[in-house]
Amino acid sequence: MGEHRRRSAQTTGKLFFLSVVQTEVPPLFVVEFLHRVADTFQDYFGECSETVIKDNVVIVYELLEEMLDNGFPLATESNVLMEMIRPPTILRSVVNTLTGGSNVGEKLPTGQLSIIPWRRAGVKYTNNEAYFDVIEEIDAIVDKSGTTVFAEIQGVVEACVKLSGMPDLTLSFMNPRLLDDVSFHPCVRFKRWEADRVLSFIPPDGNFRLMSYHVSSQNLVAIPVYVKQNISFLETGSCGRLEITIGPKQTMGKTVEALMVTIHMPKSVLSVNLTATQGSYTYDLTTKALIWTIGKLNPQKLPNLRGSLSMQSGVPKPEENPSINLDLKIQQLAISGLKVSRLDMYGEKYKPFKGVKYLTKAGKFQVRT
Amino acid sequence: MTDSKYFTTTKKGEIFELKAELNSDKKEKKKEAVKKVIASMTVGKDVSALFPDVVNCMQTDNLELKKLVYLYLMNYAKSQPDMAIMAVNTFVKDCEDPNPLIRALAVRTMGCIRVDKITEYLCEPLRKCLKDEDPYVRKTAAVCVAKLHDINAQLVEDQGFLDTLKDLISDSNPMVVANAVAALSEIAESHPNSNLMDLNPQTINKLLTALNECTEWGQIFILDCLANYTPRDDRESQSICERVTPRLSHANSAVVLSAVKVLMKFMEMLPKDLDYYGTLLKKLAPPLVTLLSAEPELQYVALRNINLIVQRRPEILKHEMKVFFVKYNDPIYVKLEKLDIMIRLASQANIAQVLAELKEYATEVDVDFVRKAVRAIGRCAIKVEQSAERCVSTLLDLIQTKVNYVVQEAIVVIKDIFRKYPNKYESVIATLCENLDSLDEPEARAAMIWIVGEYAERIDNADELLESFLEGFHDESTQVQLQLLTAIVKLFLKKPTETQELVQQVLSLATQDSDNPDLRDRGYIYWRLLSTDPVAAKEVVLAEKPLISEETDLIEPTLLEELICHIGTLASVYHKPPSAFVEGSRGVQHKRLPGSAGSGESVESPDTSSAAGISDAPPAVIPSQGDLLGDLLNLDVTPPATTGPPPAANSGVQMGAMDLLGGGLDSLMGAGFGAAPAAMPASFSAPVSGGLDDLFDLGGGVGMPMGAFSPPKTVWLPAMKGKGLEISGTFARRAGVFQMELTLMNKAMSVMTDFAIQFNRNSFGIAPAGPLQVLTPLSPNQTIEVTLPLNTVGPVMKMDPLNNLQVAVKNNIDVFYFSCQYPISMLFVEDGKMERQVFLATWKDIPNDNESQFQIKDCHLSSDAASNKLQGSNIFTIAKRTVDGQDMLYQSMKLTNGIWVLAELRLQAGNPNYTVSIKSSVVQPNL
Repeated sequence: MGEHRRRSAQTTGKLFFLSVVQTEVPPLFVVEFLHRVADTFQDYFGECSETVIKDNVVIVYELLEEMLDNGFPLATESNVLMEMIRPPTILRSVVNTLTGGSNVGEKLPTGQLSIIPWRRAGVKYTNNEAYFDVIEEIDAIVDKSGTTVFAEIQGVVEACVKLSGMPDLTLSFMNPRLLDDVSFHPCVRFKRWEADRVLSFIPPDGNFRLMSYHVSSQNLVAIPVYVKQNISFLETGSCGRLEITIGPKQTMGKTVEALMVTIHMPKSVLSVNLTATQGSYTYDLTTKALIWTIGKLNPQKLPNLRGSLSMQSGVPKPEENPSINLDLKIQQLAISGLKVSRLDMYGEKYKPFKGVKYLTKAGKFQVRT
Repeated sequence: MTDSKYFTTTKKGEIFELKAELNSDKKEKKKEAVKKVIASMTVGKDVSALFPDVVNCMQTDNLELKKLVYLYLMNYAKSQPDMAIMAVNTFVKDCEDPNPLIRALAVRTMGCIRVDKITEYLCEPLRKCLKDEDPYVRKTAAVCVAKLHDINAQLVEDQGFLDTLKDLISDSNPMVVANAVAALSEIAESHPNSNLMDLNPQTINKLLTALNECTEWGQIFILDCLANYTPRDDRESQSICERVTPRLSHANSAVVLSAVKVLMKFMEMLPKDLDYYGTLLKKLAPPLVTLLSAEPELQYVALRNINLIVQRRPEILKHEMKVFFVKYNDPIYVKLEKLDIMIRLASQANIAQVLAELKEYATEVDVDFVRKAVRAIGRCAIKVEQSAERCVSTLLDLIQTKVNYVVQEAIVVIKDIFRKYPNKYESVIATLCENLDSLDEPEARAAMIWIVGEYAERIDNADELLESFLEGFHDESTQVQLQLLTAIVKLFLKKPTETQELVQQVLSLATQDSDNPDLRDRGYIYWRLLSTDPVAAKEVVLAEKPLISEETDLIEPTLLEELICHIGTLASVYHKPPSAFVEGSRGVQHKRLPGSAGSGESVESPDTSSAAGISDAPPAVIPSQGDLLGDLLNLDVTPPATTGPPPAANSGVQMGAMDLLGGGLDSLMGAGFGAAPAAMPASFSAPVSGGLDDLFDLGGGVGMPMGAFSPPKTVWLPAMKGKGLEISGTFARRAGVFQMELTLMNKAMSVMTDFAIQFNRNSFGIAPAGPLQVLTPLSPNQTIEVTLPLNTVGPVMKMDPLNNLQVAVKNNIDVFYFSCQYPISMLFVEDGKMERQVFLATWKDIPNDNESQFQIKDCHLSSDAASNKLQGSNIFTIAKRTVDGQDMLYQSMKLTNGIWVLAELRLQAGNPNYTVSIKSSVVQPNL
């Protein structure tokens, strides 16, 4: 037997997942699988925590049994698993207690071996609906002078499809060429994308991530806000000054919401005494994190935070400059300009209800000082 | 009510109560009881006493209950083997259940019960399940074969399960194919030399078809399996690449990385001028970039792999510099890795950007990161000459910040910049001197002292500066002491008048008051040099220094090649070959990149070496040319197959695969003077030397056997790659002892100790018979000759070329890897003389297919002289015949692994060309 090695993946800072391997296995394989396990627990129990796992230990066992056999992943598609092991609901546990039924499906899931393992057969809905959320995150580094050092967009298309039967969908974009790199759910026919730049697929039932993409060409990445900042530590004495103003830059006429600023102060900053024209701020003494929650950005009255920082005396001026981290949201806008043009359905007769939502968020958005 | 209640029953008599519940008539109660048992098992309580009761619950039509019982069985069967037998009947029955789910469950569980008695019963049901009509059962059964093989390999082979498994590769269901591949790969891993995964174009085609349709995990198995295949030509390689590229868009990062591995490997085969080659390069970049937006742990794995990829093919990511820019909230391990890649990608085109970033990083919070960033600026200066000026000014700016550790790092790198660009930036010395007092780390102090000594003539108060260091001489680290000694001697040689006192002081400190032998020795040498011949001292101490090389931390090319074959695995994360960290036989297979298409041209890509500064092309290896017999006898068929004496491992010239006898006889019989044998490509005639000169000893005429031929020493590990350690060596067979003769030379500044050597598994099981005998530390510029006796009882693995030997040498500084090739003649043993009768019979027995002929040209020896000469190398003449003025010598030799080789050497008086026919009966040696 080979040496035992362990790898762990951390989720939400509460639980560590550990897997023991005996042979040389691709680490990403293990990490991806552990992520999938955590996601499955999340799907089944709504959260993934110690209590939940203890509360559902039998289902957890059954799930792990179904997901892995001798180190080979078996069924990791949530749809398939749900057919084999039914998620716990209050109603079901009552029924089970009364009838002696079980949580385990007695039949082989239809999806398990078909070439569309992600979809079960015989899906039926009274309201047939398909929703798509285009969510984009801006990762950016902006330097002191406001120049963008680096910016890219990580986008995902999340889908919630509740359609009866075996629908075959085609989703087309107005401007598919701006996507640099795409990764698809296995259901997407890659050849169609290569040839026509449309997403053609038989969807899984329920919620799934249809596609994730990446826009890195600098000129396409709009930076929605600008930050005017001045953080200085005086050479003598034990204080510093801070002033931050945020204003809209390229927002495409939409409102910037849920604006929040986080600054990790140098260790020697003991406390802060600031005034915010909008929103409120907190300063955590242990983590030295200054968090300013602003909310909606009003272009007429720009939010401003200013005041003094009191420093530990007798300690030299901090050498590093704190970076400013931004959080924000813009509803109904995909900042890359990506737009869904149409969704067509083949293979089924009914008329589905369709909807698309857009959302832009700040990902790792930081301003250097 | 939740399951957590199962954990809470801790009262006494619990087992007893459970027993009662398990035997209850009510189904529901039974199930609850089993659940409680499972919960107790989870928290580590011993519930094995309940074994019979739990097993009794097995016969049920409630699937959930059955599953739970099976779970219990897997856990406790080992401790209760006799009881486990009780369960066998139910298993066998379940394997025939009409519900495929139950059949699969049964066969799956049986495979997990590691009890010998049970495995015997498992065979029949397993055989049935492997041919089950339901693909779900088949795919489960495929995995079961791997499990069974782990328990009892012999049984699996005897029962013919391996063949059935191979058949499953052609199954109509892609999941079954994927699982069969996974199972076969796992079995093959424990038998590295078995020919299990017999990959041929047909199976490859099947795998590629299944690839599109199976689950993501199956795709990983299939891709990893594909990566072991060597395509026949560039066209096949291209078509595989084309079918693999869609996997780059998969959402699962492990699939992406496995696809990258396949593409990186097969790309080697594609001609560079092919349009498709360019397309492929472009397609590889975006997925690698996307991996960097994942969670930090995935990012780290991706970055470690990208680090390998940019060393091999920097052109893939040369435009993607920006994605490696560090975000301040990246974890430190991601930051450091990104920084490393940034430097590897730095070029004239993007250096401005890179420098601006690095300067930014130098003001960050994290000390380790800041240090590395400052060092990176220095590396940029050394790598991109045009940027040197800007780098130096950036470093000076950083020194102005007066941040202690920044200043120290900056001084260390400025020293390197001085070495790389002498007489260019010395104007900054004044600024450096201002910071002398703030240096408290040995490395920085040593660097500064070196600078002062080197440029003593330009620094007015050099003597004062050095004197100030001298005060605390004994408290300094060795590094600083040595530098100080040298620097003061330099100063004295430059300004003899004012510094006589100083030099005497330091010499006496070094020689009289120090217990460090290095320091003392160096002190004495200087002292004697100075007192006997100051002119000579000047020549020695102030000698011109060689320029430092561009990049110092590149991975050694052969190792890099191996690691490229392991992209996505742990090896690629550790940057170590799997043999370095996997124990036992599992997975210690050395993998090589396939050679480039076409002739035996070197695989060096011009852009690789220019952009990354890799000075030598990695010595790639031509794909295996068939079985050993092919190698053994096919002396003339494959054009680049025969070469001269073993090339130096680092020569960077693709020498082609060396065949067993091709290599051996060529260096033995020689082909070296001008007229190379017909088979030898013209390009090889130059390096071919030695050969007959050595062996036939032309000068001495017909001499007595002088012992076995031994090729001259060649450099195996150049000092540049060995961090100053240069190893040259050769192989010899002296008095029947096979040995490796090494010359170790220390070209570094520091003393080397703790030498050790290790060989990788190789074709003939060559292994060191004792430790490497380097008893005294190796001082700078010292050379030592070492003889390492070898034996052939080590582990065996077929290498390509056959006589390749991968060696690891360790010293106190690092572990270095190189590979070398031994002449096959070293393996001819002394008792290789066959009985005449036996010879005759054997010669007749060997079919003509196993015979190969080739010519040795321009050889002027009589048959007796040749025979004598060859005997020295353990090639024995059995008989001699003269027919029509032709001398025929019949010879035999025996390899250490017992393989006999027979030869007929035909000489014609007056004709300098000899004809050799070689035969061996071993078609498929059991390597």
